[in-house]
Amino acid sequence: MTKRYALGIFDDEDVLLHAIDNVRAAGVKIYDVFSPYPVHGIDDALGIERSRLPIAAFFFGLTGLAFALWLQIYTLGFDWPMIIGGKPHIALPAFIPVSFELTVLFCCHGMVITFYVISKLFPRFKVPVMDVRSTDDKFVMAIELKDGADMGQLGQLLRANGASEVNEKEMTKE
Amino acid sequence: MVVGVILLAIGLVLAFMGIGAEHHAAGAEGAHHAAGAGASAEHHGSPIWLKRLIISLWHSNVYFTGIAVVGTVFVAINYVAYAGWSIVVKRIAEAFSAWLLPGAIIMLVVFGVGLINHDIFHWTMPGIMDPKSENYDAVIAGKSGFLNLPFYVIRMVVYLAIWWFFSERLRKLSLEEDQMGGTGFWDKSINVSALFLVLFAVTSSMAAWDWVMSIDTHWFSTMFGWYVFASWWVSGIAAITLCAIFLKQAGYLPFLTSNHLHDLGKLMFGFSIFWTYVWFSQFMLIWYANLPEESVYFNQRLGGFDGKYTWLFFFNLIINFAFPFLVLMTRDAKRQMIMLKLATIAILIGHWLDFYLMIMPGTLKGDSGFIIEIGVALIFLGAWLTLMTRRLSQASLLPVNHPFVDESIHHTT
Repeated sequence: MTKRYALGIFDDEDVLLHAIDNVRAAGVKIYDVFSPYPVHGIDDALGIERSRLPIAAFFFGLTGLAFALWLQIYTLGFDWPMIIGGKPHIALPAFIPVSFELTVLFCCHGMVITFYVISKLFPRFKVPVMDVRSTDDKFVMAIELKDGADMGQLGQLLRANGASEVNEKEMTKE
Repeated sequence: MVVGVILLAIGLVLAFMGIGAEHHAAGAEGAHHAAGAGASAEHHGSPIWLKRLIISLWHSNVYFTGIAVVGTVFVAINYVAYAGWSIVVKRIAEAFSAWLLPGAIIMLVVFGVGLINHDIFHWTMPGIMDPKSENYDAVIAGKSGFLNLPFYVIRMVVYLAIWWFFSERLRKLSLEEDQMGGTGFWDKSINVSALFLVLFAVTSSMAAWDWVMSIDTHWFSTMFGWYVFASWWVSGIAAITLCAIFLKQAGYLPFLTSNHLHDLGKLMFGFSIFWTYVWFSQFMLIWYANLPEESVYFNQRLGGFDGKYTWLFFFNLIINFAFPFLVLMTRDAKRQMIMLKLATIAILIGHWLDFYLMIMPGTLKGDSGFIIEIGVALIFLGAWLTLMTRRLSQASLLPVNHPFVDESIHHTT
């Protein structure tokens, strides 16, 4: 599906933050903003809701903990009991380091994979980029152009709020 | 504003002193009777009630002096890290060091009183280093190079003097900065802080060996310095947070927002886990190796003295790890005062109990209780708060000329 976007290019992050407020106040819905580095306070300015990733992380961690305990208790306690250092077969203090490590491992990998999946950041040959300069020194504000949207008026609004140039771009989404 | 802080403090102090004194009197009386009834019970040193009093003074003073110096450590770390967010709570941390001088004096006096009947430190017994004496203990005699009275007292004075000197120096630079402004004081504070942190790293660790670990003279643990530091440090952060919340709710810190509380909450959360990590590192190696001379320490605490300390051993982990861990896990909890209050109070009580568990089994064996100890702790709390709030009221709550003050006020996380 092909969509059209108006791109406002900004040189400065403070100008960008004010522009976001003004553009949203004017009733225009911003699709996304691309920046070379994380801009402080931009989430609030764009009205992005807090991520629910920590909740996922908690359950990944719990899965890792359960797996680690099961692995150790089953293998060392039931499947092939061994006496190590005169301790009981199921010696919980000795299991804690492994349980901790597997909790962290599951939690981290789960979070990274979940993040890539929900952000659609899969490895691919042709990476869709609105404007390559957003990886260098420009801030790019993308506004989706619905059918019949007035590009000229939008361009004026963006320029009035400090955009150094306004472009139009078609993006094909798979 | 200043008057309000003082009034608040006096109110708090009176309440605490009242309760503390009552408890204390009742406890001492109760102990009198107990001592009278069970006088035939065999123990050396002072009568039990006096011994309990001396040891609980030592216990509470080690705890409160540690929190006092952590205030300065907090300020120093934020200087060397060029941290800006913490400036709004800097004056609270600075005010903690008001306790250092009285704490140092009490420390020396209680150590001196403890020498009379050798109540606190077994290694101070006469003849314990002398092969001809009936008190001779070969293990302790082997440690005489470090654990001898002159060297011990010199060390104690040196630690406390270093802590006190650097606290006063940083405080003075900060107050002068308020008057004169400029970045010169800030530059100088960074150098002072860096030197202090190096010295504190060594002295805090050694103070932990001297003041706490040498109670169990035969036993040793290479984790102990870190363990005591972690306990002091997390209690100190909790104390800073709790003071900040009280002041905010009384209306004195309008510039303190949930963003600052969030960061303090993160520190508490993180360092509660750090304390547990150190605790566990110490416990697991001793448990795993199971060498008699090492595991005796945990034997006493897990089931020793008819299981007197067993509940405390597990409660220590619940209140200092599980509770703050679960309560402070979510972002919202770290930004809400009520959740932070619960966690800080749990941590402060929990680490007082942690020191209780470090000190009591080695000194009082099975004779320790809670009434005298809690009474003494409340009197210390009252005195500590009086001095702290007095110092807090002596300067503006916002270090107005600190270079990062704007950054701190506009801090977002």
